[in-house]
Amino acid sequence: MEGWQQVPDVAIIGVGLHPFGRYPGKSALTMGAEAARLALADAGLAWPDVDFAVGGSFEIDQPDSVVAEVGLTGLPFTNVYNGCATAGSALALAAQQIRLGEHRIGLVLGLDKHETGAFTADPTDYACPEWYGEMGLFLTTKFFGMKINRYMHDHGITHQTLARVAAKAYANGAINPSAFRRKALTEEEILGSRMLNHPLTHYMFCSPDEGAAAVVVCDAAIAHQYSDSPVYLRSVVTRTRRYGAFEVHTPSAALEHVPAPTVEAARAAYEAAGIGPEDVQIAQLQDTDAGNEVMHMAEVGLCADGEQNELIAAGATTITGALPVNTDGGLIANGEPVGASGLRQVHELVTQMRGRAGDRQVPTTPRVGLAQLYGAPGVAAVSILTT
Amino acid sequence: MAGEAIAEGLFTWPSEQPQLIGGRCGACDAVSFPRRHGCPRCGSVAVTEQLLGREGTLWTWTSQGFAPKEPFNGTLTVGAETLPWFVGLVEIPGELRVEALLVGVTAETIEIGMPMHLVVVPWRVDEEGREVVTFAFAPGAAEQAVEDSGGVAAGA
Ligand SMILES: [Zn+2]
Repeated sequence: MEGWQQVPDVAIIGVGLHPFGRYPGKSALTMGAEAARLALADAGLAWPDVDFAVGGSFEIDQPDSVVAEVGLTGLPFTNVYNGCATAGSALALAAQQIRLGEHRIGLVLGLDKHETGAFTADPTDYACPEWYGEMGLFLTTKFFGMKINRYMHDHGITHQTLARVAAKAYANGAINPSAFRRKALTEEEILGSRMLNHPLTHYMFCSPDEGAAAVVVCDAAIAHQYSDSPVYLRSVVTRTRRYGAFEVHTPSAALEHVPAPTVEAARAAYEAAGIGPEDVQIAQLQDTDAGNEVMHMAEVGLCADGEQNELIAAGATTITGALPVNTDGGLIANGEPVGASGLRQVHELVTQMRGRAGDRQVPTTPRVGLAQLYGAPGVAAVSILTT
Repeated sequence: MAGEAIAEGLFTWPSEQPQLIGGRCGACDAVSFPRRHGCPRCGSVAVTEQLLGREGTLWTWTSQGFAPKEPFNGTLTVGAETLPWFVGLVEIPGELRVEALLVGVTAETIEIGMPMHLVVVPWRVDEEGREVVTFAFAPGAAEQAVEDSGGVAAGA
C-alpha cells in the first residue's frame, strides 16, 4: 500500500496568513494574533478549543505573548527558534505532541518583523570568530552566491535559468493578492539589476520583511468533525549539517563531501511518509534567492543535478507545469519573516490542495505536496502533506 | 609590511611567509580552520596546532556588491569605496577549503580552478592610528608571494 493511503495520524484543519510585507507601526504580535484568528475561523474553532500551541519567531523572544490578544486560557504554549527552519521545528513539535496522544488540537504560529537589508548578527553566536564578521564574510548572501556559482560550474546551470526562476516568482506574486512583490518582472530586468553576489542580482533575492502565519493541527481521527477538507501532515523532519557539507557561516569546509542537510531531511521525510519524490505534485522550496530554488529542486529529489535548465525552460515549475514550485511567489515575492516563512509554505500547500487558490490555482488539484526550509548555520526542514 | 594582525592566533605574523593557523585532530587526523578546542569531525579535544599550506586552487567565488553591515570594518584593501570585491573558497591540497577575501582578481580574470596563494593585506587603521592587517588569497604560486603582497599593499 502506498504511504499516502495509510491511515494518517496528524491533520491540518485550518490555516491563516497575515500577508507578508511592510507594516509600519504594527507589531509582530498583532500580526500573529490576526493569523491565529484566521486559522481558527478556517477550522471553525474558538481559541478555548485549542489544547496547546507552539510559536516561532526570530525577533520576538516569546511568541506566547500573543495570548494577551487572543485569550488567556492557560494552555501550554512552547516557543521555538531554529533559524529559517523555525516553522519546521514548530510543526514537528506539534505533530509529535499529537502522535504521543498528549493533546488533540494545537495551534502552530509563526510571526516576525525584521529591519530592511541583509540579516546581520553577532558571528560568535554562530560559532564563528569575530574576525569573520569584521572581514565582511558573515553574510548569508555571499555564501549563496558561492554555492550556486560552484553548482553552475559543476552542472551547467545558466544565468538564464536563474532569471527564469525569479521571473516565475514575480509572475506568481502578481496574481497572489497576499504577496509582497506584486509586479511581474522580465528576465532582462532581473539579469540587468544590480549584481549583489555574483551570479545573483538584486531581483534574484528575497528580502527580510514582516508577517505571520498560523496552522491548526489535530489528531487525524477527529479531523472530519472540524473540516470537510483536511490535509494530512504525513511527515516533518529537521536536520543540521554534517561534517563535509558546504554550509553557510563556515570559515572553512572539509575536502570530503557529504550532501546538504536538506538532502538528509528530504530522504527521512519521504521514508517516514512512505512517499517518494515521484509522487510529489506541488512543492514550496526555500528560495532565499533564485539559485537556492534551483539547487533545492535537486536536493529534495524532484530532479537530478543539471536537469533544471531544461525543466525550467519548459515551464515545468510554473503553475500550469508538471511540477509547480513556489506557486504563491515563494520567498522572492513574499519576503521572509523568518519565524512565519515555513508556515506560509504550509498555508499555500493547503490552499492549493483544497482547490482554493483562485487565480493561481494549479489546474489539477494536487494531492501530495512538499515544503522545504533551509537557513543559517546549516539547518533544514522538509514536510510532506497529502489529502 | 608592518601592522597588527586582525586577530591573534589566526595567521603567523609578522612573517615573510605567513601561514594560516589551523588545527589537526589527534584522534581522526582532520584538519580544521580556524583552530578550535574541539574537532568539527569527531568532537575530540586532542586538537593541536597545524600551519596550513600557503597555496591552493580557487574552488568557488562570488563578488561582494554591497557593503556589509557591522561588524564589518574594512576600509583599506576592501571597503565601501572599493565595491565590488571578491570572496571565495580556496582548496588547500590535502587539508581543507578556506573561505577568504580574494585580491588581485577582476570579474574578467577570476576563474574556478585558478592557482592562489596566501597574502597579508592592509585592512583598516584602528582608533589608535595603528594599521591592522588581515589575510587574503591572490592569484599565482607562493614563490611570488613576497613581491605580490608588497604590490597589493602599495596599491591599496
Ligand atoms: Zn577528529
